[in-house]
Amino acid sequence: MIWWNYSFPFSEPSADGPLFAHANEQSLKSGTTVDQCFEFMREVSARFPFKVLMMGYYNTAFKMGEERFVQRLKDAGGVGYILPDLPVEESANLHQLSEKAGIEPIILMTPTSSDKRLAQLGALSRGMVYVVARKGVTGSKTKMGDDVLALIERCRQHTNMPIGVGFGISGKEDMDFLRGSADLAIVGTAALKTWQESGAPGLKKFFAALMA
Amino acid sequence: MSWDRACCARRLGKRKVIAETGAGQHGFATATMAARFGFDCKIYMGAVDVARQRPNVFWMENLGAEVIAVQDGQKTLKDAINECMRDWVTNMEDTHYILGTACGPHPFPEMVSWFQSIIGLEAREQMLTQTGRLPDRVYACVGGGSNAMGIFQGFFDDDVELIGVEAGGLGVGTYMHGARLAYDDASVGVAQGYKTYFLQNDDGNMNETHSVAAGLDYIGINPIFSHLWEQGKVRFEAATDEEVKETLKLTMRTEGLIPALESTHAFVTALKEAPTMAKDEIILINQSGRGDKDIFTIADALDDAKWKSFVEGKSDQYRAERG
Ligand SMILES: Cc1ncc(COP(=O)(O)O)c(C=O)c1O
Repeated sequence: MIWWNYSFPFSEPSADGPLFAHANEQSLKSGTTVDQCFEFMREVSARFPFKVLMMGYYNTAFKMGEERFVQRLKDAGGVGYILPDLPVEESANLHQLSEKAGIEPIILMTPTSSDKRLAQLGALSRGMVYVVARKGVTGSKTKMGDDVLALIERCRQHTNMPIGVGFGISGKEDMDFLRGSADLAIVGTAALKTWQESGAPGLKKFFAALMA
Repeated sequence: MSWDRACCARRLGKRKVIAETGAGQHGFATATMAARFGFDCKIYMGAVDVARQRPNVFWMENLGAEVIAVQDGQKTLKDAINECMRDWVTNMEDTHYILGTACGPHPFPEMVSWFQSIIGLEAREQMLTQTGRLPDRVYACVGGGSNAMGIFQGFFDDDVELIGVEAGGLGVGTYMHGARLAYDDASVGVAQGYKTYFLQNDDGNMNETHSVAAGLDYIGINPIFSHLWEQGKVRFEAATDEEVKETLKLTMRTEGLIPALESTHAFVTALKEAPTMAKDEIILINQSGRGDKDIFTIADALDDAKWKSFVEGKSDQYRAERG
């Protein structure tokens, strides 16, 4: 199963490492608008079979209004969203609107979440759960080890949703390592880097190798 | 305030401290504290601010802090805050983030306000001792809002008018300023972990800001201030770069004061409004910092020929020494 996380650019990407932060900045400099992002999402979801998620920062949703955000996401064929800077304490209204529209709010679980916090997050999880493999921001490689497996195990105790693991997944070894433990692997920076270095053909090869 | 923060960091058992800085004042204070208390210290500062506030960078580095010139975005205060947040989420185990202004995620806006309240408590007491009564108006410049929150807290329960002065930059209608509340260009948003009025576009992306004062060159404002402004409890005005330069000349010549470019904003509005007040009314202005750090910017603004030839001479000397 393939899901596609589509990043809407934001001017203050404080959860992103240098590569994504720079991509956000370049995208805005070249004039990308939220309208264009939804339009692109609509085209992609009409053409490809994979599930499309909006990934970004809460202000994008807040500024247009939560109700409108959910509606536009749905109209564009999106199935959910990931907003890492929106704490669950502040998300009751958005989650309610999402449920009504059949849109999934993807919740993040992190290595610093206590069991109590995981239980709270788990109770609210829909669609899938995004397990952040290590502390920090997007970008640098995560050393896949027992701590990652233990974290996934800990998260499983609090949710029945499929678990996606992201942050620092860079190649096939990581995929192999996670197979049997995670349900989805979330690849971001490594793909962007490949695309920047070797364009579409390189990216095609990169994904073919990942899925092999 | 940095001593309070040192106690916090110690209590939390952290070895390292990080801080953002705009004008370099908060970075300077944090570096001083870190040297005294033995913390590793890293200061994030926008590359544009590093270039315009070199004297503070010099002192921070010589106090043993590592100063990192942030190259993202607009390369000013907001970008330094983003970089601190990235560092902190990565290194929270041994690192304490000493956020300098009264913004950012909870509990920072309240925590910084509380630490700064000493300014208002002392100012109130001094005013009562020296004049026997309270001031009629209190003026303070507002970047993120820490010094203004600090002094205003001494007077929240009194019948005293409180005026925050923001960066008017190039003026109304230019979109090159840092006036969130005094001008009409900001709207409510959520960024950098808090909700307030931001200078942003319809998509929720931040607009460029500008001020001659690095410490006021910022997109957002303390959320408590947004609330107080909506309630009509604090008035907000703006002072332009030009007004600041003129007022600085005046305070130097007539009062013997060299306020920081940031603080000079408060002087601009106070001096503008003073003629409309009665002779026996009392004005209190918060001079949040001294202008020594701004010597390069002020010398440029004054087009000071002697300073320029001094700097040229120095640069000739360094070039000759390098061979
Ligand atoms: C001297 C001085 N005053 C004021 C400010 C503005 O910050 P705040 O509004 O948080 O007091 C700064 C910020 O760098 C500063 O250096």
